[in-house]
Amino acid sequence: MSTALRVTGIQKSFASNRVLHGIDFDLAAGEVTVLMGANGAGKSTLVKILSGVHAHDSGLMSLFGEPFAPATPSDAMEKGVVTVHQSINEGVVPDLDIASNLLLETLASGASGFWLNRSAMRSKAAELAKTVGLHASPDTPVHELSLADRQLVSIARAMAYEPRVLILDEPTSSLSAMEADRLFDLIDSLRAQGVAILYISHRMSDIKRLADRIVSMRDGKISGVFKDAPLNLSGAVNAMLGRVVDETIISANTGQVPAISLRGITLTPGTRPFDLTVTEGEVVAITGLVGSGKSALANVLFGLAQPVTGSMQLGQQDYRPRTPGDAIAAGVFLCPRDRTSNAIVPDFNLAHNLTLPFLRKYSRFSWLNQSSEQTHSESVIQQLSVVCQSAEDNIGTLSGGNQQKIVVGRWLAEPSNVLILDEPFQGVDIQARRDIGEQLRNSAEHRATIVLVSELDEALEVADRILVLAEHTLVGEHFNHDVDMDRLLAEVASANKVMASEVTGHHSHA
Amino acid sequence: MSNLSTNKTNSRIDFAIRYGFLILLLGMVVFFSLAAEGFAGPHSAVFIFQSVAITGILALGVTCTLVVGGFDLSIGSVATSSLMLSAYVMVVWEQSALVAIVLCLLMGALTGLVNGWLIVRMRVPDLLATLGMMFLLIGLQRIPTQGRSIATGMTLPDGSVANGTFSPAFLALGRHRFDVFIERFLPVSVVVLIIIAILVFLFLNYTRHGRLMYAIGSNERASALAGVRVDRYKVIAYVISGVLASIGGMLMSARLGRGDIASGNNLLLDSVAAALIGYAVLGAARPNAFGTAIGALFVGILLQGLTMMNAPYYTQDFVKGAVLVLALMFTFSLSARRHNR
Repeated sequence: MSTALRVTGIQKSFASNRVLHGIDFDLAAGEVTVLMGANGAGKSTLVKILSGVHAHDSGLMSLFGEPFAPATPSDAMEKGVVTVHQSINEGVVPDLDIASNLLLETLASGASGFWLNRSAMRSKAAELAKTVGLHASPDTPVHELSLADRQLVSIARAMAYEPRVLILDEPTSSLSAMEADRLFDLIDSLRAQGVAILYISHRMSDIKRLADRIVSMRDGKISGVFKDAPLNLSGAVNAMLGRVVDETIISANTGQVPAISLRGITLTPGTRPFDLTVTEGEVVAITGLVGSGKSALANVLFGLAQPVTGSMQLGQQDYRPRTPGDAIAAGVFLCPRDRTSNAIVPDFNLAHNLTLPFLRKYSRFSWLNQSSEQTHSESVIQQLSVVCQSAEDNIGTLSGGNQQKIVVGRWLAEPSNVLILDEPFQGVDIQARRDIGEQLRNSAEHRATIVLVSELDEALEVADRILVLAEHTLVGEHFNHDVDMDRLLAEVASANKVMASEVTGHHSHA
Repeated sequence: MSNLSTNKTNSRIDFAIRYGFLILLLGMVVFFSLAAEGFAGPHSAVFIFQSVAITGILALGVTCTLVVGGFDLSIGSVATSSLMLSAYVMVVWEQSALVAIVLCLLMGALTGLVNGWLIVRMRVPDLLATLGMMFLLIGLQRIPTQGRSIATGMTLPDGSVANGTFSPAFLALGRHRFDVFIERFLPVSVVVLIIIAILVFLFLNYTRHGRLMYAIGSNERASALAGVRVDRYKVIAYVISGVLASIGGMLMSARLGRGDIASGNNLLLDSVAAALIGYAVLGAARPNAFGTAIGALFVGILLQGLTMMNAPYYTQDFVKGAVLVLALMFTFSLSARRHNR
């Protein structure tokens, strides 16, 4: 089979941060290549280079033997490299009808003249819609369509360019299993027509169904290429997550007193219910791929979402939080993922960021006691060795790792019954990661600590017990003294077999 | 070497951001004192304060909604509704000043509640919700009198004659002046402004609630995840705004002594301008009570000075616009440079 796109030695840095360290791979015409990689592995940077959003620093790309260096996204598309981005709404204009959406590029380029020719538009659009199996009338506004149909619209838009290389970035992340099947049929027919397809996904069921080849990425490098049938899925997951055995030695605790127990919890309709108990003094890491339900679990524990079925107990009490306020009052804290949008108050200094959830403690009759805030903040800053000038620094002046320390310190400073940390090591340098992990373990004695991570290294570094989530349910448990890595990886990669129905829940982040 | 000179530039920028606007204010006072005869006197000062008082009170209310990341376009119409309502209560219903005051405050609070409800529960964007409320109130205040002003002796739609009068106690709110150093020097409205400014300042900067409101304005999602009751604080901000606007309207009514349908056209724009100019004061780059008070004063001094120099009235809006644009430039371009260094 002929090589459609060849990438050799691509490197890319943003400021001093090197994101891609020399990427080499080929896409063959008429083949589906699946690209896997954890968050921050560099997948989206690579896609943006291929689709002309970013320019690469060094390295070469060629398209069917011709040198390929797209200057802009439309340049890439005209040359036949077409990308359907992850967020569906980036691919469609919801308020316009299907016909206008499909022909948006022609409209924008001015080739269609000043006046709209509705009937010509409609017939051209209908033709495009037919190629992707979209059956709605071209006059339907896109916001009335289901997610699957919207996805088809954005793919049909891609088809208007007659792609030779089609890049699909997590196209099924918001589709149900049935909707995804329609997409797979389309991909099969494109493959048969000789289109080279780069398919980015975390869903094992998709990968099994489609992949001719798997390329795993880790830390800005290609960490494995798998092409012999049957494809070695756990090998690919292993290559993407790595298993660097660290010198940090955990003396695994298993506590006696249950701090929180979940019974028969179903996170999304149609997934298998599960039980979970975390004892006092224990640090439990819950791992799983993107979309496996980690954030959905955090949402349920913190009162941001209600479980579909099941009950929770906190100590001996029933626990059913309706709001984050309820959860905090019950001593259940959540340090959310993605600090920039979910945790940091950019206008505030370090002290004010630290005390935000517990201001009641620093005020009398609503009147703030700023000196006690100050003293408290200074002690947290010292305890977590935050690098800063003073507690009065604006939080924006700190590095990512130090910002994360502040965000974690906000919740560590008060005694809690259950502390949940969602991806606390995301975008954090190794030193800050060690500091935070150490602080988590040292302070864990009187509470249950639940850490949600997708990187296995992080789980092994911090936890007494590691639980594996897949498809919104628990699929494995390991004690951190003698972890069977092969079984763990197989569980992380476990596909649809745990699904109770064909409806996949749409995973939303807190 | 280059490091040293960038430091120098940076500290100069810092100085300009912090004190630029206050220096401009001072320079303006000096200029008008020299250029306009009679500007630098206690009576001119009182006149400025009085003209600023109502705008300032409304601007402080708008500041509270800006703090939570919202905006209240209905303040001007709440003030004029309060003006008409107080006149109606006393002249047509022949009720006491106390009844008028209580009803006006309730009307302001209710408007704020409805604004907050539209924004928080009905998910209407703040600008649209309060714009709608503005139209609603402008229309509503005209219905009872069929679009006419309210004064003692007017004929009502049903043919009867309104015999009530503004009570002297109510009129005193707009006309009484306290003796401070000089006899009949300090108007009540100025005292009310100063008290409200201090209260809002303390509330926003020194109480838990103010802090949480700023947190909401800076990152709503993070605040909600820290357990802050975001919806409740947003509603409170609009209620404060509505109540302060109704106070402004009552002071206007007390000064005019009648329910003048044509008054208060400029209130909304002037007070929004004052609150936005406040961003530039002391380099705050965010809504703040002290800045808003200075912003109102700035506009008041400018207009009084220009009037005393015989600048035609129709240039006033142009000058206000220029000052506003300048202040916004100060705030956003200079503080962006500070953050990017």
